[in-house]
Amino acid sequence: MTAVGRGRTLAMGVSEDAAVPTVDAPFARALVDVASARPDVVGLSADLARYTDIEPFAKRFPERFVNVGMAEQNLVCVAAGLAKAGFTPVATTYAVFATRRAYDFIAIQCALEGANVKIVAGLPGLTTGYGATHQGIDDLAHMRVMPNMVVIDPCDAIDMEQATYAALAYDGPVYLRLLRGAVPVVLDRSGPAFELGRAALLREGEDVGIVASGTMVARALAAADELAASGVRASVLKMSTLKPYDASALRELASGTGALVTAENHAVVGGLFSATLESMARSGVSVPVEAVGLDDEFGTCGSLDYLAVRHGLSAAHVADAARRAVASKSRWSGR
Amino acid sequence: MTATQPEVAGPLHARAKQIRRKVLAMASGRGQGYVGQGLAIADVLAVLYFHEMRLRPDDPQWPDRDRFVLSTGHYSIALFAALAEAGVIAESELASYGDDGSRLEMSSMSTTPGVEVTGGSLGHGLGIAAGIALGGALSGRDYRVFNLLSDGELQEGSTWEAAMFAGDRRIARLTALVDVNRTQADGDLVLEVEPVTSKFESFGWWATDADGNDPDALVAALDAARAVGDRPTVVVCHTRLGFGVPLVMERERAHFVRVADDEWAVARRQLEELA
Repeated sequence: MTAVGRGRTLAMGVSEDAAVPTVDAPFARALVDVASARPDVVGLSADLARYTDIEPFAKRFPERFVNVGMAEQNLVCVAAGLAKAGFTPVATTYAVFATRRAYDFIAIQCALEGANVKIVAGLPGLTTGYGATHQGIDDLAHMRVMPNMVVIDPCDAIDMEQATYAALAYDGPVYLRLLRGAVPVVLDRSGPAFELGRAALLREGEDVGIVASGTMVARALAAADELAASGVRASVLKMSTLKPYDASALRELASGTGALVTAENHAVVGGLFSATLESMARSGVSVPVEAVGLDDEFGTCGSLDYLAVRHGLSAAHVADAARRAVASKSRWSGR
Repeated sequence: MTATQPEVAGPLHARAKQIRRKVLAMASGRGQGYVGQGLAIADVLAVLYFHEMRLRPDDPQWPDRDRFVLSTGHYSIALFAALAEAGVIAESELASYGDDGSRLEMSSMSTTPGVEVTGGSLGHGLGIAAGIALGGALSGRDYRVFNLLSDGELQEGSTWEAAMFAGDRRIARLTALVDVNRTQADGDLVLEVEPVTSKFESFGWWATDADGNDPDALVAALDAARAVGDRPTVVVCHTRLGFGVPLVMERERAHFVRVADDEWAVARRQLEELA
């Protein structure tokens, strides 16, 4: 696996070097904190400890850290074995390697077994400019269809930290997308804390509801600002847990706005858009929905700003999608 | 034999025969099953369950028990027979093998008492066994972990990821048993796996060959493995599909042996005629 340099992994809808406040390695902070009180927490990586923010744990608790080398299948098997032995393993690698190389191992030894294994996966979506081989654009889809698997796509440093606590407090398999390095702060610490399976309404507006996960939350908020300037009032619902999906929060958002946009740093198939449509169909909610995400294409190499524009993930794309959703309202209501 | 081993322990040949009887009963009751593998592996399971492993049959979750990790889930027919013979599950339950709603599934699931892991997708077992052994050492327990895998399974790359890891970390309480019957789903071994012992040795393991249908040879090999102490060990068990029942042994060597309805009685008689 080729390691990808740190420090420029998140664009959050603005330029890479913008002066946004950041927290360094929020995942590691939470993990080390929990592990200090819980001897059952063990860490693993597959030759990417340095690049998945688990190195602070490895340094603090060397006897509880296992590096299996470049072997993602064995990473999952050893983690599952440690879970069988009563431990709470936290295994890190990149999203592409965890979900594509070790899929069968996660399916059987974590999901089917209900093992208390946490898979923490770096480089989600287009958060690296390294290129398609390292960009996890389909990981949420893979993990979401697995029975028993909890799937989390945190949006910023605060969410990442709190989601780590929540994942470790939960007894069962969890797939947690990792935001690493200097992670921007988007949320307000005084706002609602991360809760497994619960969405959080970050912005209220009655014209359109934007359902966002991961790094697209920041872009959704930027889009809401842009829309407000042109008189369109947008709600932003942070759906950090894709599974279990917060159906009641979605129902409320749909009934309050009458038009939705989903925004995900992922393919529009199998991830947040799909989960939202499935939830709507099950709830009998019928409103226009526009999708922001990669549309049947792989990512490419380049700066994160370039990638966001090229692959349709920028704040402007979210705002455009919101306007389309609003425009569709009249057609829908007339049916 | 330590005090923690089952009191019911007796001559291993007799135990193996009892396991074979149960395998035939389960397969004939179902009309099918992995009878070739079940008969072939009976001696290995007899030696593990009645000589080698530290177990409390009435307490399958005893924290200090030795762990048996079955990679080859389709060998479940023999594992269930061994678990019934050891008293972990009831003999009467064996008749439900493969039935709708039975917990004795065609491929072993960890939801069955005494079954440590969910096998069946090959190439998982050795890594899990390494993880359990690592966990045992980390929690200060001295239990050992035994993984039964197959020669065909050596073609899975993940097996070698695990072998490299266990050898490098010198996971001494891990013992693998490779069932070499030279048969896989498509017939005779599709890819040559020999020499197995030297492959493992080059990965840092202690390795030996043994006749997998000779309990005494298996005991000698496992005794030697136990004495190693500083690295993982593997016993390469050369078995014959259908061992103990000529009717099954003489069938064309196949992963899934077909036995006609009227042949089961013959098979049972042949097993009883065996010394």
